[in-house]
Amino acid sequence: MTRIVLLRDIAHARAGDKGDTSNISLWVNDPADFETVRHQITAEAVKRHFGSQVHGTVTRHEVPHLHGLNFVLTSALDGGVNGSLNLDGHGKSWSFILLGMPVELD
Amino acid sequence: MTGPLRIGCGAGFSADRLDPAVDLARDGELDALVFECVGERTLAFGHRDRRADPAKGYNSLLETRLRAVWPLTSTSGCRIVTNMGAANPEAAGRAAQAVARNAGLDGQTVAIVLGDDVTDRISPDTPLPHSGCTVGDVDRTLIGANAYIGADAILPALQTDASLIIGGRLADPSMFLALLRHRFGWSADDWVRLGAGILTGHLMECGAQITGGYFADPGHKDVPDLAFVGYPIAEVTSDGSVSITKLPQAGGMVTMATVKEQLLYEVHDPARYLTPDVTADFSAVQVIGQGQDRVGLSGASGTVRPDRLKVTVAFDGGLLAEGEISYAGRGAVDRARLAAEITETRMRRVHGVTEDLRCDLIGVRSLHAHTDHGSEGADTDVRLRVAGRFGDRERAEAVLWEVESLLCAGPAGGGGFRGRITPSIVTHDAFLPRADVPTRVEVLRT
Repeated sequence: MTRIVLLRDIAHARAGDKGDTSNISLWVNDPADFETVRHQITAEAVKRHFGSQVHGTVTRHEVPHLHGLNFVLTSALDGGVNGSLNLDGHGKSWSFILLGMPVELD
Repeated sequence: MTGPLRIGCGAGFSADRLDPAVDLARDGELDALVFECVGERTLAFGHRDRRADPAKGYNSLLETRLRAVWPLTSTSGCRIVTNMGAANPEAAGRAAQAVARNAGLDGQTVAIVLGDDVTDRISPDTPLPHSGCTVGDVDRTLIGANAYIGADAILPALQTDASLIIGGRLADPSMFLALLRHRFGWSADDWVRLGAGILTGHLMECGAQITGGYFADPGHKDVPDLAFVGYPIAEVTSDGSVSITKLPQAGGMVTMATVKEQLLYEVHDPARYLTPDVTADFSAVQVIGQGQDRVGLSGASGTVRPDRLKVTVAFDGGLLAEGEISYAGRGAVDRARLAAEITETRMRRVHGVTEDLRCDLIGVRSLHAHTDHGSEGADTDVRLRVAGRFGDRERAEAVLWEVESLLCAGPAGGGGFRGRITPSIVTHDAFLPRADVPTRVEVLRT
């Protein structure tokens, strides 16, 4: 029996910015979920999920021994904090876009 | 065998709180207290302040912080290291000297680290590789340029008897690394230990972000007593291993989760974190719980440092204009949408504006509006925000004028207009050879 949860239910995340690049680290709460998340939350899936917010690329770095993934999103901040018209020019809330992704658990 | 070095972080950004730093200074039994207070924006605004008044351009909370903390640290032998000098470290040093005199702190030495301001080394031909152009191509007024300088620049200041070391664009983690190199004698090419020292600096430099700040999500990630979150303390040993903790009576928490989130904060490739001192490698870092509010990290490494120093070049970015008005009750979203359409139409047709305009419906669709599944939720209390960035004040004011005029001429029931115009800046990255960025230390006595 599979069930769908949101990443927020099984993981935590933090977003940071450098210029127009956002990075979001994602950490599963239970190491047993790491392989599932690694399999489903791919760079491509994250890029799709962010829609027209990301004009560049999404690259994923893995930190498997700490059960973490790090996503680097380029051209993702409307030009960066100094050029963006978004209230959240740093993309501090981008972690919660990521945490809204659904995950299918066995 | 030298014992561990105990460093606190009293501020993680320019506008950070004061009371947690005072607690650390009084109760932390620290060897050093670091205040990290410089970002690209704060530095650019510092340059602007300095141009208007040659005695300004440093962190506006410098005197407030020193008055509260220095009397405590000066008696305990704890040194303060900070980049609160921002765009004017010399003036910050003199201001610190005045604080010491007024507070009766005699016999204190202030060491000022200089050389990060490279504005006069920037020419129209200076390349901006990340932007694919040169400074001349940017076609904006240059405000200032600062190189990220590292532990090499700070060490000579630590070799004086200074109780306060103050600089401008001192790279955030390098302030911590300099303290560690000074204590443990790590050489400038001991890449593994330098990488470990940078890890400590990286974890600490954002203050409360490792002790429960920027973390709480009620019901999912609860943090005790967040209103009084304690700022972090690092205990570092001579091999570079670090334990992160906080004052036991302070709020917040230090857990594996808070530490891991900060481990990769603003990091891209964990194996290649570029700093002026070393290319740090966090990819094999071990994170180990060491009991209540104490987490240990080891296994950081590093490779040779970059040849060139990163330089932030700041330009005038015009004026950010924001006008807001609220709608509530039945049909609020439709009325706010209509107001947005009216404003955008009139900005184009009456004011001839061609720049981007952004209309957010705060409460329905704002921060995540460009994702295709932004928050669609409550629909009976909506705030319209119209924002644009302009080179001239007239068109910036037109945004505010148009939104305010909705009060009488827009949809029904609009209220609570607020408008603001904020000067803004644009920054680009340049790179300079180290030899072009000589640094020096100036000493003032009180």
